[in-house]
Amino acid sequence: MTTASDKDEARQKGNRRIAALCVAFFCGMVGMAYAAVPLYTLFCQVTGYGGTTQRVTQYSDRVLDRDITIRFDANTAGGVPWKFAPVDRSITVRIGETAQAHYTATNMASVPTGGRATFNVTPETAGAYFNKVECFCFTDTTLAAGETMDMPVIFFVDPDIVDVPELKNVKTITLSYTMFPISKVDSAVTGSIDTDNEPTTNTEENLGG
Amino acid sequence: MAHAATHDEHHAPRGWVRWVYSTNHKDIGTLYLIFAIMSGIIGGFMSIMMRWELAEPGIQIFHGLASMVYGVEGDAALDAGKHMFNVFTTMHALIMIFFMVMPALIGGFANWMIPIMIGAPDMAFPRMNNISFWLLPPALILLLISFFVPSAPGAHGIGGGWTMYPPFSTSGQPGPAMDFAILSVHIAGVSSILGAINFITTIFNMRAPGMTMHKMPLFAWSVLITAFLLLLSLPVLAGGITMLLTDRNFDTAFFSPEGGGDPILFQHLFWFFGHPEVYILILPGFGIVSHIVSTFSRKPVFGYLGMAYAMVAIGAVGFVVWAHHMFTSGISLNAQRYFTFATMVIAVPTGIKIFSWIATMWGGSITFRTPMLWAIGFIFLFTVGGVTGVQLANAGLDRMYHDTYYVVAHFHYVLSLGAVFAIFAAWYYWFPKMTGYMYSPTIANIHFWVTFISVNVVFFPQHFLGLAGMPRRYIDYPDAYAGWNMVSSYGSYFAGIGVLIFLFGVFEAFQKKRVAGANPWGEGATTLEWQLPSPPPYHQWEQLPRIR
Repeated sequence: MTTASDKDEARQKGNRRIAALCVAFFCGMVGMAYAAVPLYTLFCQVTGYGGTTQRVTQYSDRVLDRDITIRFDANTAGGVPWKFAPVDRSITVRIGETAQAHYTATNMASVPTGGRATFNVTPETAGAYFNKVECFCFTDTTLAAGETMDMPVIFFVDPDIVDVPELKNVKTITLSYTMFPISKVDSAVTGSIDTDNEPTTNTEENLGG
Repeated sequence: MAHAATHDEHHAPRGWVRWVYSTNHKDIGTLYLIFAIMSGIIGGFMSIMMRWELAEPGIQIFHGLASMVYGVEGDAALDAGKHMFNVFTTMHALIMIFFMVMPALIGGFANWMIPIMIGAPDMAFPRMNNISFWLLPPALILLLISFFVPSAPGAHGIGGGWTMYPPFSTSGQPGPAMDFAILSVHIAGVSSILGAINFITTIFNMRAPGMTMHKMPLFAWSVLITAFLLLLSLPVLAGGITMLLTDRNFDTAFFSPEGGGDPILFQHLFWFFGHPEVYILILPGFGIVSHIVSTFSRKPVFGYLGMAYAMVAIGAVGFVVWAHHMFTSGISLNAQRYFTFATMVIAVPTGIKIFSWIATMWGGSITFRTPMLWAIGFIFLFTVGGVTGVQLANAGLDRMYHDTYYVVAHFHYVLSLGAVFAIFAAWYYWFPKMTGYMYSPTIANIHFWVTFISVNVVFFPQHFLGLAGMPRRYIDYPDAYAGWNMVSSYGSYFAGIGVLIFLFGVFEAFQKKRVAGANPWGEGATTLEWQLPSPPPYHQWEQLPRIR
């Protein structure tokens, strides 16, 4: 009798141990799912996955004798009453040469509005070789009613691009921006209108490249 | 005291208490099966409505259906009807996956048979088993409620497909319908996780003396692997849809680019769950078919260990192929190369299984009784679906096939026909064991042939439609696709008749009460459940069986 119940108890204990392991495993996997969010961002920033451009502080140390055309594209998401467009449709630079391009944005609304630009390049694999030194997209922008603003981006194409089999024949890279509304800052923005063009929130950490 | 308590357990409760408070794995299994049949009828009804709509070009029924259900008229009814069609595709998928196939195979047959097959008196955690089941009806009710609450402006119900991709599932459908569906999937997920923990514990710790892992029946192996897949993949879905929920309601920005998020991330999370999920749906079927083929060939399964480890391999490789659902989402060429290759690797263990089933039949003393017909039907249909799967695995070809009816035909061949045929095979195999009654083989065989022919009529033409470029998830199509759509629709009506024959067969078996006996299948049926009377006693294996 005692041996049977002892055995039963041992089995119960074993059952609980396995179940506890399973629960721990489950919690670990939920954690992994959430960890995927920052890891994915990191992964995109490091590898240029999905056309995520790179952010650098150094200019290129070499310039190749080969031209590449950079086309510029601009979009606004719903809710941003801005006229947002590149000044030049495209420029041709040498690979490795640092160049500056300009976008302009005009707030067509009668109230100040904020915008945040997201970006990518096509072909997407070129993202890892498209380096931005300065970009208006590093910060959020707020425009007063009717205000027009010049938005520069300074960039160069990494000379290593010619060593990539998939990219060595690429002659054109398209840089695309989409301006999204900044949610939840509208009231804050209207409150501090006199600080005019200064960016309201620094989103460098969020945006990476 | 302890003695008295154990004695009390032998007294089987009666009436509704027996079912609602049940901790008995057989009763809970029965509840799961009834639940699965009811969900299957709801999901099947939706598919027939969709085929009715698609029988001819133009809008046939959904504008009328929308005005009936939602009380809208004119152009609003047309728009609501178009959304309603998408709601039907979405709900059909969610109901069939979470509330029909999984409850039938895992909750139903596995609950019923796993403890018996491994020589255990019950599941490891009988009360948790009860919770697992009773979480499902509320989940289904939440999902059905989502039908009738607003989603996109001017529409009701969730219409983004079972994949629930943002932004349509976040900003595209601001109404509460999506929240209902997300909570429903959460609850169904909790149910599955509890079930998975229960099965893992039972199979690891409750086997009878002498039943080593390598002597365990293949169905137990398949359920063990399925439970692990659930434990690994479901939390990722839960995380993903929780992010959807917070993106929708609490201003997080996991998937919205304006907040620094990325909608593609959801696709990665979803398919990291979604691909193992399709193996979760089919692996228990593999186990069942192995038993049936072996029983009716009167031979042990050919290559038992190979069969077991082929399932392990399918489960493991299934976790590293998810992006083959995302070939057109802009992943790099190298990623496409890898995912094409990895996906094709799965054909190897799957091929091992198909050939082992054939080798089991080879030289066997085969009797074509009803379960065997379904099992062979399964092998045939699953192989057809597997062949189209290899086409779809090619990133290059997938450019053409993506989101066309070719994909629809493919996954219905492996799931709607594969998994469902495995369910019916199991039903006809274990029905005499579970109820003690023998069904009419004539009715059962008619059910098989009607279903086998009709589902092929439904889905085979969809290969042609897909190759001709007909996209999925649209209520209407150009006239050029009319012919095969009509054929496909007629097939679905006959499949509906097949369901009625099935239900009649069940009714007839209970009415006629032909006593089946402990083992109606003869010497080929060697697993432990056939050593018990039919139906098995309320508590089995009080004397643990010894396996040599």
